[in-house]
Amino acid sequence: MPKPDESVIARRAELAAALREIVPGEGVIDTEEELRAFDCDGLMAYKQLPLIVVLPETTEQVSKVLKYCHENSVKIVPRGAGTGLSGGALPLADAITLGLGKFKQILDIDFENRCVVTQPGVTNLGITQAVEHAGFYYAPDPSSQIACSIGGNVAENSGGVHCLKYGLTTNNVLGVEMVLMNGDVVRFGGKHLDAGGYDLLGVITGSEGLLGVITEVTVRILKKPEVARALLIGFPTMLDAGKCVADVIADGIIPGGMELMDKPIIHATEDFVHAGYPLDVEGLMIVELDGPEAEVAYLVERVEKIARACNATTVRISESDDERARFWSGRKNAFPAVGRISPDYICVDGTIPRKKLAEVLERISEYSEKHGLRVANVFHAGDGNLHPLVLFDANQPGELEAAEALCADILTLCVEVGGVLSGEHGIGVEKRDLMGTMFTEDDLKQQQRVKCAFDPEHLLNPGKVYPELHRCAELGKMHIHHGKLPFPDIPRF
Amino acid sequence: MSDTLRPETADQLLDTVKWAVSEKTPMEVVAGGSKRDFGRPMQTAATLDMSAMSGIDTYEPEELFVTARAGTPMQELNAALDEKGQQFSFEPPDLGPLLGAESNQGTIGGIAATNLAGPRRIKEGAARDHVLGFNAVSGRGEVFKSGGTVVKNVTGFDLSKLMAGSFGTLAVMSHVTLKTLPQPEKIRTLLVCWRIDGVYDHGAMKVMSKALGSSHDVSGAAHLPAAAAAASSVDYVNASGGGVTALRLEGPGPSVEHRLEALKSEIKDFGRIEELHTVNSRTFWEEVRDVRPFVGRDDLEYVWRISVPPADGSRIALFILESLKGEVFYDWGGGQIWLGLKPVVNAGAEVIRAAIANSGGHATLVKAPADIRGEVPVMQPLSDAEALIAGKIKEGFDPEGVLNPGRMYSGI
Repeated sequence: MPKPDESVIARRAELAAALREIVPGEGVIDTEEELRAFDCDGLMAYKQLPLIVVLPETTEQVSKVLKYCHENSVKIVPRGAGTGLSGGALPLADAITLGLGKFKQILDIDFENRCVVTQPGVTNLGITQAVEHAGFYYAPDPSSQIACSIGGNVAENSGGVHCLKYGLTTNNVLGVEMVLMNGDVVRFGGKHLDAGGYDLLGVITGSEGLLGVITEVTVRILKKPEVARALLIGFPTMLDAGKCVADVIADGIIPGGMELMDKPIIHATEDFVHAGYPLDVEGLMIVELDGPEAEVAYLVERVEKIARACNATTVRISESDDERARFWSGRKNAFPAVGRISPDYICVDGTIPRKKLAEVLERISEYSEKHGLRVANVFHAGDGNLHPLVLFDANQPGELEAAEALCADILTLCVEVGGVLSGEHGIGVEKRDLMGTMFTEDDLKQQQRVKCAFDPEHLLNPGKVYPELHRCAELGKMHIHHGKLPFPDIPRF
Repeated sequence: MSDTLRPETADQLLDTVKWAVSEKTPMEVVAGGSKRDFGRPMQTAATLDMSAMSGIDTYEPEELFVTARAGTPMQELNAALDEKGQQFSFEPPDLGPLLGAESNQGTIGGIAATNLAGPRRIKEGAARDHVLGFNAVSGRGEVFKSGGTVVKNVTGFDLSKLMAGSFGTLAVMSHVTLKTLPQPEKIRTLLVCWRIDGVYDHGAMKVMSKALGSSHDVSGAAHLPAAAAAASSVDYVNASGGGVTALRLEGPGPSVEHRLEALKSEIKDFGRIEELHTVNSRTFWEEVRDVRPFVGRDDLEYVWRISVPPADGSRIALFILESLKGEVFYDWGGGQIWLGLKPVVNAGAEVIRAAIANSGGHATLVKAPADIRGEVPVMQPLSDAEALIAGKIKEGFDPEGVLNPGRMYSGI
């Protein structure tokens, strides 16, 4: 992390007093005991006490806080619900953590335009709960949806099991209100579609708190499908399972969700929630199909046929919503289930081309042996998003380091086979130092020039995403390649 | 006569941009030329013709993506996808005929750069949602890339979104990766034929809102008032004698049949219902997609594309038509208004932009003579804060202003 600025730390009392002028009452936290609650996010291997925590309640307060910090060169770490898994909200010793937890109002439910305008602190599930009485829902469903906030979803471009068919956050957000580091309040998008100029909404989504602080979000909502049914399919090898995934897609079917678990996960979750999973298979797949009854029945049959052709040994089809929920219960509890068989674990998040699944799983088991740590795999198979869980014990000397090295090996492998470093958790602190495996120096510099357009002093969430932040003045310099036309062979007319 | 440079390889493209930078020579970036008259007119000393950088590099139907060089014609790509039973789900339009060019001249680079989308936008998104990655040369003369070939990707800033809709003002893409998806097995269109005299646009908004708010997975919702309907080549539409609201259902056969019956019973009270089968459906939605009702209409001097909250569509359109002479039709459930205007001062820009000020949205002057596009803001004017950011982004990518300078806004 960047070296903390001692002169800012020395001004803590003065800063807290100034911030209390903006956010009165208990909205400014500076006692160690209370700061402790904010010392990490979902990436719990890293902890750091923030300098001060500020919990504003209005956009105006956010604007004033940012303006003050801008004028005083104080860094800001924005924070939603703190459930992120890549350390995007990890505090800095010399930065103010700006929590949006008090922005809990849904502002407008607009069924005619099929959208909801909400404050960023509302949970992902909270949006669905606000509209489900009319049969609507918000489609992206990260597994933390009961706790994670919609503002954080926008910052991380969160996914979930249903994004194969319904898209990621970025495909479901229509607009944001955002405060820039200098205190300016801007709006990108609204209840309409697409941008009139540059698609800044698209750039903001997934920018991990580096470009601004989101204070309002407009998302589109969808009518719930008539029915949903799930198939629980067991395979004798992961190779067969991987082939089934590819064959379903090749057959022109885009299921609502398509998840895959390996043997260690199957056993851990079965011991935990007793979902009735078969224990004699190497790979277990859940395929969910949704839509009108006639469509679902038709597709269930097709998927079953494909699965059988891929050597499936068990195929069960949910006959009720209860049974469907039971199929999912193991998958949805995969993380806590693994928590029961290992004191600690890291959830890796990379995406690979679907066809590389078998190869990647084999290499992961090699890495697992090499580092002497167990790995259990869950997989959003439909879109190639891999979540290997690396099991370790932080109390054993060297195990955390070994686990991190194993994670780095897996992610490097993802890039090597044509995939990417993060499918839905973001880069944050966790994967920051691996950015060079995917991007050249020029790629990264071009991304940082976007940062310079929003936050030229690098005060927002420094130390995240980019291994090295170049000064904007440096990035702005032009390297002119002098000389005459260096390409006599280019056709000219 | 300006120089035309026609690179054939990525290295030649890089050399070309480097040369333009060192000589401070602004270039117009062009490939098929179908949308050459879309945007502000530019003063460029050279033309960068991307049409020789053409061809599909990788098409993997099972992985649902295609990577092609930026100058690859959409026609070639569509044919390749069709062979595998796939399509670009955002229905890239062909605006060539509307803008006075030939049809089928558009390229993948142009589609991405203008962020266009057809009727399926409401369900599947626009070009922005389907560009998975790209390689490009920035206006700094540097090669860079972003994204990849997979859909789930949060690895650094999403520059694919920024490139989509940037009209070639930031970088010249050399390769574009687009998502591909299976074609639907079956297509049906329900038509509501209005018999009420006078204004029925408000009723159309209600039908479309009801259909899009249902669980029937409607993938197209357009309303053609009488004049636009009469211009259709589909008999059921042109013979209706009034306005026609169209709702499209796509998917597996049994599913489409089921939804068709369900939706029909929900909207039957609005007007006479007709059905279009596959071939007529395809023709009809292509007409909507390519703005065919306004093609060849020399009396409509200006064509605007207005994006607004869908439920406000008819209110805004009819408000505009109270003071300006012209015609409209609606796509995206009312959220996209195509407005054709007869000659009027400043192409009616003030009236139009005032009409959308309260609801939010944007209005783009898609078709107009060059002198008007030079005087009237073609793109929706930006707020001060937005303009500042947009200006700094341009500076970060193309500090010397060598790529399509002024195509979107003055200086951008």
